[in-house]
Amino acid sequence: MMKHFLSRFFNRLLIRRAIQSIILILLLIIINFFLIHLAPGDPVYYLAGQSGDEQYYELIRAKFGLDQPLPAQLWVYLSSVLRGDLGYSLSYQQPVSAVIFSRVPATLLLILSAITMASIGGVLLGVEAARRENSFYDRLFNTFALLGYSFPSFSIGHMLLLFFALYLGLFPAQGMMSANQDLSGISYWLDLLNHLVLPSLTLAIVQIAQIMRLTRAEMLNVLGENFITTARAKGVSERKVLYGHALRNALLPVVTIIGSDLGMLLSGAVLTETVFAYPGLGRLTLEVLAARDYPVLMGLFLLISIGVAVMNFLTDITYPLIDPRIKYSR
Amino acid sequence: MTTTNKIKSQNTLAVGNLWRVLKHNKAAMVGAIVLILFFGAAIFADQIAPYDPLKTSNETFQSPSLKFLFGTDDLGRDVFSGVIHGAQTSILIGVSVALLSGLIGVFVGAIAGYAGGVWDDFLMRLTELFLIPPQFFLALIIAAPFGSSLFNIILILTITSWTTMARLVRAEVLSLKERSFVEASRAMGASPARILFHEILPNAFPLIITKMILMVGGVILLEAGLEFVGLGDASQISWGFMLHNGQHFIRDGWWIITFPSLALAALVLALNIVGDALNSALNPKTRSAYLDKPV
Repeated sequence: MMKHFLSRFFNRLLIRRAIQSIILILLLIIINFFLIHLAPGDPVYYLAGQSGDEQYYELIRAKFGLDQPLPAQLWVYLSSVLRGDLGYSLSYQQPVSAVIFSRVPATLLLILSAITMASIGGVLLGVEAARRENSFYDRLFNTFALLGYSFPSFSIGHMLLLFFALYLGLFPAQGMMSANQDLSGISYWLDLLNHLVLPSLTLAIVQIAQIMRLTRAEMLNVLGENFITTARAKGVSERKVLYGHALRNALLPVVTIIGSDLGMLLSGAVLTETVFAYPGLGRLTLEVLAARDYPVLMGLFLLISIGVAVMNFLTDITYPLIDPRIKYSR
Repeated sequence: MTTTNKIKSQNTLAVGNLWRVLKHNKAAMVGAIVLILFFGAAIFADQIAPYDPLKTSNETFQSPSLKFLFGTDDLGRDVFSGVIHGAQTSILIGVSVALLSGLIGVFVGAIAGYAGGVWDDFLMRLTELFLIPPQFFLALIIAAPFGSSLFNIILILTITSWTTMARLVRAEVLSLKERSFVEASRAMGASPARILFHEILPNAFPLIITKMILMVGGVILLEAGLEFVGLGDASQISWGFMLHNGQHFIRDGWWIITFPSLALAALVLALNIVGDALNSALNPKTRSAYLDKPV
């Protein structure tokens, strides 16, 4: 009976959230469309990029029906985007989607390694800070978190670059791989890793601050509860109380915040990749900005927004799964 | 009526008496002094800065010395003068965007929270729509075609920044409108507008001010990020622009990017500390609230 009720509730929630997300994505595409038409100058520049010739522009005008009324144009735009056709990039001589997807692996590698470092580091620091509330270490970690919150990611990147790459010479300053070297096997992976350290550390530092503060606050809440006192009274070792009993309960909000931070990570990635000349989506953003290659820029905006919307949706629906205390009222 | 007075007096204690908050919190005091220094630098930039920050000279890549406190860049521009004048741009944009988007946020949040129903649904869905694309990308996609003059940047950052304030104010209005002093006022026949503007919003005011202070920091970071990727007002010296230009010369002199970075972080740090202290004085039980970090 209960189980039946739960599954019905969950199905309704799932469908509701899915429909909401789809509507939001459609609205974003429509906003994109109006941006193209509101921007100064001929809309064809934003649909084709600025380096085309008159013949190509005529082709694009015909394709998007630019001589037709606005609603008809919106329909053409919407249906072509929904078919996955984001246009053609003149500066790369490739379809926009191909340009973008060729850069996804590098950014994914960067973001995933940063999340891994930030989760482990942030949770550990948070637990240790909560364990010694108001001690020297607690203050030290808090100061670190405050600094992490105040430096923009590109400044953190610059400082790491100056110190570890240029002053100490420990890591390469630029790129994803060493140029002009034919590497294979283990040395290929080591080279990749070597180039990854500084950019992913930059991104991780921003995240560590947030995860640490949240973990600390949640741990302090949980450590005040009765079952912790019981565990201690039973003689369970402090280590086990902290990392076994308490952390398990404190981790739920932390897990969800890691999931919902994709947007911030992507923005951070744009700036970090700029600092380290790392060839991912961020670097691409700058290249197309410089070339005024608007189709790619619009495509990036759409795909990133869709990515965030999907991630929000996933976080939303996993929330009640991980934490049975959460119920949705709307 | 006594409830009203009690609540109002608590709030004056928290924000009206900023001094009391600072006196008990050394870090916040330091933060406030740093803020005053930055505002002073911005106001008296022309008197403090020894050189014109945009004037080039043939003394390029000079390391920090008594003549050039923070050194010079690739075109012989004085970095110290740039940092001082950059405070103007950051503070001007940060404060005006926080005020404008704060106003929009308060307006949207108050209507959504007080009117409820369809209005609430519509305004909150609208807010969610703006919250999906990362703030930085949204600003970027508008700034690229529309151009990034100072005016445009303020407009664009306002459009992208009002959402968190709207959510905060909505939640606060929702909780305040159930309080007994609002009910008393309603029972006395006050109009909805009067209740909203004379009873509810004044009580939400301290929270709104605290949030605005934290918003200034977030906006400054966002603006610096846009400048850093090359979308900025080139006629105006700013920290983000100095970093954008200086990153190409990072091997020629550490000082070119280090000092603008430090200035940026110090200002945002000070805003964070002061905002945090105000926040915990207002509401000791809540977790400390740092700014929404957009970049």
